[in-house]
Parts: sequence; C-alpha cells; structure tokens
Amino acid sequence: MEEEEYQGGEVKKFLYVNRRLPHGTIYALESLETVLIGAAFDQDVSMLFVDDGVYQLKKEQAPESIECKNFSKTYRALEMYDVEKLFVERESLEERGLAIDDLLVDVELIASSDVKALVDEHDVILSF
Amino acid sequence: MKLAVLVNEGPYQHQASDSAYQFVTAALRTGHEVMRVFFYHDGVNNGTRLTTPPQDDRHIQKRWSALAQEHNVDLVLCVAACQRRGLVDEGEAKRNSKDATNIAPGFRISGLGQLIEAGVEADRLVTFGD
Repeated sequence: MEEEEYQGGEVKKFLYVNRRLPHGTIYALESLETVLIGAAFDQDVSMLFVDDGVYQLKKEQAPESIECKNFSKTYRALEMYDVEKLFVERESLEERGLAIDDLLVDVELIASSDVKALVDEHDVILSF
Repeated sequence: MKLAVLVNEGPYQHQASDSAYQFVTAALRTGHEVMRVFFYHDGVNNGTRLTTPPQDDRHIQKRWSALAQEHNVDLVLCVAACQRRGLVDEGEAKRNSKDATNIAPGFRISGLGQLIEAGVEADRLVTFGD
C-alpha cells in the first residue's frame, strides 16, 4: 500500500476504547492498526482501556507459546506516533488484581465515574 | 445529517451487518446522507460474491451490492483485514499473486485511512458489532 495521507486538514478528537483481551479475538490487534493509521493522519488520538482491555497493556506477555504474534511491543511505540494519551479505568485494573506497575507503558488512571466525561470530550468513538 | 457506518462482524454469524443495512436504508429513506460504509475485522466477509445462502434466507451480500448500485453508497473493505481473510479484487490479486478474485459488485478494497476519513468528515460515525 502506498502511504496514505489525509488532505482534509480537519482534526477531530478520536477516542479508541479497548475492551477486550489481547488474544482470543483479533479485535485488539486490528484496533491497534487503526490507532496507528489515525495518528498518521494527524488526528488527535486518545486510547481508553477498560474491562479485559487492560490486559492488552500487561507486561511479559508470551503469546508465542500459542503461536500468536506478540504485538504488545507496539504499545510502547505509540509515543513515537504522538499517541500519548492512554487512559486506564482504575476499577477494571483493580478488579483484575493488576496495578500500574504491571503495565508496559505510562498511563493515566481514570475512575469509572469519569469515563462518561472522557467520552463526551471526544468527537469520534471507536470501540473495539 | 451526514452519516458513516462501521461494520465489524461477518454476515449470518452475527446480526451487525443486518442491523447496519437496516440503519442505512432507514437513514437514506429519511433524507440523510450515508457517505461510506466501512467493513472491518470479519466484517469484510460481507463483500465476497461467492456466498450462497439458502434460497429462503436473505442474501446479505447482494443486498449491500444493490444498495451501492441504487444509492451510490461507498462500500469499503479494509485491505489489511481482507488480506488476512482472503478477500481479493483485481489489484490485490496482482499484488499478492492470487489466482482468483471474489470481491462483490459495489464494494472496493482500500486502507484504514478511509475509516479515519469517514470519522473526520461525517457528522456521526455509527458502529455495528460487539
């Protein structure tokens, strides 16, 4: 594919809501591809991890043992694409016995009660 | 209103494609513009012309193709999702040395940029899927 470029010039605030496990279904991997394209199009990109989606950011994933691609490194590369606003719902993390130190990247914890306001702040919500 | 639609699930397995179709037809009937329907994940499977559902059932692919023809709705299949799942048009067949194509009339294969563009340009981007 040739490098795609968006000529419109308009910038909207995109929020990618990641709700699913990194493996088991392809949603996490393919949504990450969308995030990278969205960033390449110079849109304002934020990501929110809720429910099982918080596992996408878990350190020390080893999907090679089930012959699946380990794309968890890509989350660390998001910064290079100017994707720096990563939100994690605090309750989702705590319910799964995880803490911020278990995650691959720096994130901002957000209370469940603040998620609605975060969604309201954005123009386009893509939920995977 | 200028609408764009995202379909994330395959036909028959899941109702997302049916609901999206019904949404799009209702939107057009009530005077809205549908600038694009983007098919992602298993949603790209809506765009193979090789589907043969039982005769007493709806033909999901043909329904979309007819919609594209009658209302000029832009039906876009994500190229990366297509490559994983074996959805092929002439260009993809040549590029990836495939011996056949299966894309249905009215659909085209393009990049994820088309989804981002739809999000930017439409007043609302409406998602169908889990």
